Amino acid sequence: MPVFDLATTELRNLNQSLHAISGNTTNEDFEVINPRGAHAIAVGIDAPVDVHIKGSVGYYCAGMNETANITVHGNAGPGVAENMMSGKVVIKGDASQYAGATAHGGLLVIEGNAASRCGISMKGIDIVVKGNIGHMSAFMAQSGNLVVLGDAGDALGDSLYEARLFVRGEVKSLGADCIKKDMRPEHLELLAKLLEDAGISDVKPDEFTRYGSARQLYNFNIDNADAY
Amino acid sequence: MSHKHPVTTPRKSATFDDYTMSEIRRAAATGIYDIRGSGAKRKVPHFDDLLFLGASMSRYPLEGYREKCETAVTLGTRFAKKPIELKIPITIAGMSFGSLSGPAKEALGRGATIAGTSTTTGDGGMTEEERGHSETLVYQYLPSRYGMNPRDLKRADAIEIVIGQGAKPGGGGMLLGQKISDRVAHMRNLPKGIDQRSACRHPDWTGPDDLEIKIQELREITDWQKPIFIKVGGARPYYDVALAVKAGADVIVLDGMQGGTAATQEVFIEHVGQPTLACIRPAVKALQDMGMHRKVQLIVSGGIRNGADVAKALALGADAVSIGTAALVAIGDNDPKWEDEYNALGTTAGAYDDWHEGRDPAGITTQDADLMKRVDPIAAGRRLANYLKVMTLEAQTIARACGKNHVHNLEPEDLCALNIEAAAMAGVPLAGTNWVPGQGGF
Repeated sequence: MPVFDLATTELRNLNQSLHAISGNTTNEDFEVINPRGAHAIAVGIDAPVDVHIKGSVGYYCAGMNETANITVHGNAGPGVAENMMSGKVVIKGDASQYAGATAHGGLLVIEGNAASRCGISMKGIDIVVKGNIGHMSAFMAQSGNLVVLGDAGDALGDSLYEARLFVRGEVKSLGADCIKKDMRPEHLELLAKLLEDAGISDVKPDEFTRYGSARQLYNFNIDNADAY
Repeated sequence: MSHKHPVTTPRKSATFDDYTMSEIRRAAATGIYDIRGSGAKRKVPHFDDLLFLGASMSRYPLEGYREKCETAVTLGTRFAKKPIELKIPITIAGMSFGSLSGPAKEALGRGATIAGTSTTTGDGGMTEEERGHSETLVYQYLPSRYGMNPRDLKRADAIEIVIGQGAKPGGGGMLLGQKISDRVAHMRNLPKGIDQRSACRHPDWTGPDDLEIKIQELREITDWQKPIFIKVGGARPYYDVALAVKAGADVIVLDGMQGGTAATQEVFIEHVGQPTLACIRPAVKALQDMGMHRKVQLIVSGGIRNGADVAKALALGADAVSIGTAALVAIGDNDPKWEDEYNALGTTAGAYDDWHEGRDPAGITTQDADLMKRVDPIAAGRRLANYLKVMTLEAQTIARACGKNHVHNLEPEDLCALNIEAAAMAGVPLAGTNWVPGQGGF
């Protein structure tokens, strides 16, 4: 198993090695040690490899990931898995702000808490947070699913589009055009699948509340101006 | 009815002129601000207020038809492994697929490629038409991240991080529902027919310190190969340029208030941001103060119309210019041949700016399947290439007259200004004097 020690190896060498296997299937696992909060670790991968990062990472870890499985055995800085297309990213600790921002696909699992703006402008990603999420999460979220086992901060789902939000705990406040919705059988089924994919077996789908767009702000209307 | 005494001529207010009164009536009737495309229409100091001095006794001109005057420009020499090489110092500005039709985007790519220059994507992602027909394509990285994906990032020739644009520094975008076709909706991951908002701030960074880290990420994703541009609107050009250099830009695109937009509030277009002319010298000063002039290239846009404008921007210190509105006109926008249809829309050729409504008779700012057929991308691309050629020849003509064997050798000393405002903004003497108003800081 290739091991990259970021105490002695340039970040550029790590990322270029991961890009060199782009598109080719490999059974190799990669291990990164001494990440020491470096930014842009394991970004732009396009291969079904497993990457284990032993420690905490800075900004944009796993950015634009395609097909790789990346596990951070520590905490993640801002923008983890931003613009991810596919694959799976697991954060064993907490994640800072903008986790999963603008991501199109794949699964992001945060085993701790996520800070503000989790899932901002998400475009198809599934995000499962075992802890709580901060304010303005799922702002302008377009599609995909955000699952929160804990509580959500202020202005959840402000100006969101078609993304689905499932929160098990309390929601401090909802943002503009975000409303509570009925949990229909297809949502319970979807949620069960997401929890299973995230490796969660001790929580049931019917413990969650679903939130989504009221679709009142989809076309500009002057009488809605106070909502902005 | 006759008057017993002579009467004064009816006099309209200069303050409440016809346009202003019509806008008050429109606002009162609709309850919504006016949205339109294009850039500032008000008269502001511009390149027309500058003149070249030319050569005579104290300067030695070059022969117009015999002596070379180079025009090539290399962009991205600071960090990128693969800078882009352009034959001419005029690029095509970012304009989105969604705002523009597919054939229009293809025409821009074709024209730019024939002329040996680059074109640029826009909000909404990269289309096959423009990638396929653009030799050199700059991929915009915008706050909305509509259509953003790593595959297109890797097949771009350069990446342009958009912080703002001259028509609306500090503003986001709006693509109204009537232009959201199935294809546009799919590329943007949004439902068909809704009004799409493009954010004014990036979702995953705030401020220049974060931007430096974002640029590091983009460089790592693309193995440090692509030049990274930062585009800013004409707000605080000295500090914006300095911060862009600090954040790690290879190239800075500076867009003045005459630069166009697909759709924004009229009040924003006309009242926020500085004229292009006022932005160039502070931007160049910032580069010079940091020892980065010509190392980080500066592209200026907003109201560039002819080779004289190109030459003047370069003389003030830019490395290249970029055109948007002028390129659209070259491929057929606002063509008088559609006058009857412009009249039916309540406007006239030359004034049509309701680009957001998607009913463009010229087939350029629309997603209507029938209207867009009016753009023949091959013929329109040829027209754009012709126009770029003319602008280049004009700039060379002026440069030779000033004794320069490369358009980049033009300098402020080759210029004078026709009025005090332009002299102050451009930092060149008022014609007939050696007076440069406003010297002593910006």
